[in-house]
Amino acid sequence: MGRLVLICRLAARDLRRRPGEAVLLLLAIVAATTTLTLGLLLHGVTSHPYDTTRAQTAGPDVVANVTPLPSGQPADLAALRALTRVHGVSKYSGPYPFVQAVARRDGHEAAVQVEGRDSAPAAVDRPKVTEGSWVRGGGIVVERSFADAFDLHTGDLVTLNGRSFRVVGLAVTAAMSPYPATFCLTPCGLGTLPPPKGAPPPLDPEAHPGLIWMTPADLGSLGSQPSAMSYILNLKLADPAAAPAFANDHSSASFSAPSLEAWQGLSRDDANLVRNEQRALLTGSLLLSLLALASIGVLVGGRMADQIRRVGLLKAVGGTPRLIAAVLLAEYMALALIAAALGLAIGWVAAPLLTSPGAGLIGSAGSARITTSTVEVVVAVALAVAAVATFVPALRASRTSTVLALADSARPPRRMHWLIVVSARLPVPLMLGLRVAARRPRRTALCVLSVAITVTGIIAVLAAHVQLSAQQVVGSSGLSNPRADRLNQVLLVITVMLIALAAVNAVFITWATVLDARHSSALERALGATPHEVSAGLSAAQVLPALAGAILGIPGGILLFNAVSPTRSAHVPPGWIVAVLVATPVVIALLTAIPARLGARRPVAEILQAELA
Amino acid sequence: MMQAINSQVHGGPVVRTRGLEKHFGQGPGLVRALDGVDLEVARGETVAVMGPSGCGKSTLLHLLGGLERPSAGEVWLEGRRIDRLSERSLARLRRHAVGFVFQAFHLMEELTAVENVELPALLAGRSPRAARRRAMELLDQVGLTDRAEHLPSALSGGERQRVAIARALSNEPLVVFADEPTGNLDSGATRDVLRLLDRLRAGGQTLVIVTHDSRIAATADRLVSMRDGVFVEETKLTHGTSRHLGELAGLEG
Repeated sequence: MGRLVLICRLAARDLRRRPGEAVLLLLAIVAATTTLTLGLLLHGVTSHPYDTTRAQTAGPDVVANVTPLPSGQPADLAALRALTRVHGVSKYSGPYPFVQAVARRDGHEAAVQVEGRDSAPAAVDRPKVTEGSWVRGGGIVVERSFADAFDLHTGDLVTLNGRSFRVVGLAVTAAMSPYPATFCLTPCGLGTLPPPKGAPPPLDPEAHPGLIWMTPADLGSLGSQPSAMSYILNLKLADPAAAPAFANDHSSASFSAPSLEAWQGLSRDDANLVRNEQRALLTGSLLLSLLALASIGVLVGGRMADQIRRVGLLKAVGGTPRLIAAVLLAEYMALALIAAALGLAIGWVAAPLLTSPGAGLIGSAGSARITTSTVEVVVAVALAVAAVATFVPALRASRTSTVLALADSARPPRRMHWLIVVSARLPVPLMLGLRVAARRPRRTALCVLSVAITVTGIIAVLAAHVQLSAQQVVGSSGLSNPRADRLNQVLLVITVMLIALAAVNAVFITWATVLDARHSSALERALGATPHEVSAGLSAAQVLPALAGAILGIPGGILLFNAVSPTRSAHVPPGWIVAVLVATPVVIALLTAIPARLGARRPVAEILQAELA
Repeated sequence: MMQAINSQVHGGPVVRTRGLEKHFGQGPGLVRALDGVDLEVARGETVAVMGPSGCGKSTLLHLLGGLERPSAGEVWLEGRRIDRLSERSLARLRRHAVGFVFQAFHLMEELTAVENVELPALLAGRSPRAARRRAMELLDQVGLTDRAEHLPSALSGGERQRVAIARALSNEPLVVFADEPTGNLDSGATRDVLRLLDRLRAGGQTLVIVTHDSRIAATADRLVSMRDGVFVEETKLTHGTSRHLGELAGLEG
């Protein structure tokens, strides 16, 4: 017990002695645990909003629809009505007429599908009015996610096929996926086939029409002839689980036959809304965990270089190797536990912002609970990151000879013969930089790794961005795509976190290098190197590995994107790749300039004399 | 014989200080490490500075070599006032005019003996080939040709200090400042280093040696005693005396 108290007390003292480093370390692990929590929270929660919507709107088990034929033959309403008499159908509503229209508001234009609905509630599919009221003569109700994209609110006036209507309400439904995943009920996407007689030209297949409800009387005023109308039928089955089989059994390849969609398919479409965000977050959390690992490695390594005498003192006064290792591990484990708790909390709060299914469904992923397994995974990852990163330094500290530790010479620099020979031919700053980098190959490797991970993430994000740009605008409507917008936000958050963590890493590594190289830097100055040459050398020791990391990160990012998105191949414009290659060393040079400059300005005599102290 | 030793020219002082002061701390904790030191070192002269630990010897050497800035007073190196120079100018000055020998050797642990010796020449912009040739010559002169490719960790204390002396001579400096060059050495290694310093002195290399080893002091042309940051005594030693003192001190043993 007394031993445990001693370990905790020593660990707490050391953390208090260096609060800045402790906070930075905490932030590094929090970044990783937060993204991991977000990724895990998204997993499996996407069906909840659809289930809630389905329950609250008496959502159909099967949606069937018929459309007029290109030859001008009207939709086969009889075939649709026949479905209501099929065995297994317990309730139904409809058939309801559907037409396509062009909505205009404040100079904006969008394709819409308009469904004619009675004012009275239906037995199946009762869209939930979330704002305003249900349809009435001259008043239309707009599907909520489309209303968001088109910036429509209750009370607004919107023109449909030239006729003005007032928006009286916003609603959500489980009978159709929220905008822009809405599927075409009216004839859209018929390619080169001519439109039916009396119907307006078909909608742009890429148009992703919005959904609007109005009374059948108003629908008739939109200019479509009855023979050009489509119809929708909502069916409730005795066995909802059998809906896919039902839809399959009653579907046909014929144009005139009803087209059927089971509720499970609609639910899957809704899940797709956040699938890409989930992929992005899980991949981002992996990259951030690796960066956090590098951060901890650098911090702990840097502290070891700085604290080697303290370890010697602890050992000199009777601390056993096991005690030293336990104190170091206790310090970082404590930070990892706090970081895991913070990551879980921030992830839980932030999840609804990223996973909200938009306005199209009721409920959100935020209602998902943090399960025991989520907590276990996040805590385990945080502890593992801390344990892996502290294991080697803890072992080294515990095994270091007390005398050597007290003499502050426990970590002799490495020698790379070929690099020393090559560096002699280079200008002085590069010579010094290469030699500094070669002294600590593990730290240099961490620098390469840190930059490679960041550039990998950035290239993958750029590849995703190129694809998203194509999807940013929905078809020819000019409206923004809420899915692409949200994924872009997720990618932006991940990119900012990656760059921030990599920047912190670069500063950590430089400062650790400055501390570690203070003696050799002082000696070089005593032998005639100028402070500028020394500080440029310290920066070069970071910039050269950063360049190597950037070169490695470019194919890494393309491979990562292809692995995460196997159906698409990455395309990043060459100009962007060159920009990343150039920007990376420049940013690292700027980040490392201040610590390197500070390191090169410490009084030479003081440092050289310190060795004799 | 070493090139630096061959360049013996007698003339005005190479090193000169006027009212040199160095203070550490402030208020009641103020320590006057140097308190009004005046010193002149002629070209080719060897000056030994002796005194107890903490009397300001090493501080004086750091000020003379431009490693520290004085609190007051002037430092002149070959007719040029250096105490007001920028860090950059001081570094360039050290490259060509000054060589340092430290008590703790201060060799780069990851560099071999020859790589350590060639480092000042590389910093001064010499070609790698010329720097290596010069380093090998100097190692030959200090008797370490066969140890050229050894790392400092594989060298004895005396060998390390001889490498450090060779390094100090790499750019043929005007003056070599040696801070307790035998402070970390056993008697055998001390003898080797003393012989080397004696050869430098005989060759006309200007030397300022801080020491509290009377055997080193005996090889100098002039002996300055310090206490509490001031010079308290100055003794001129004749060549004959120094040689005899050297013998008396057991240098030939």
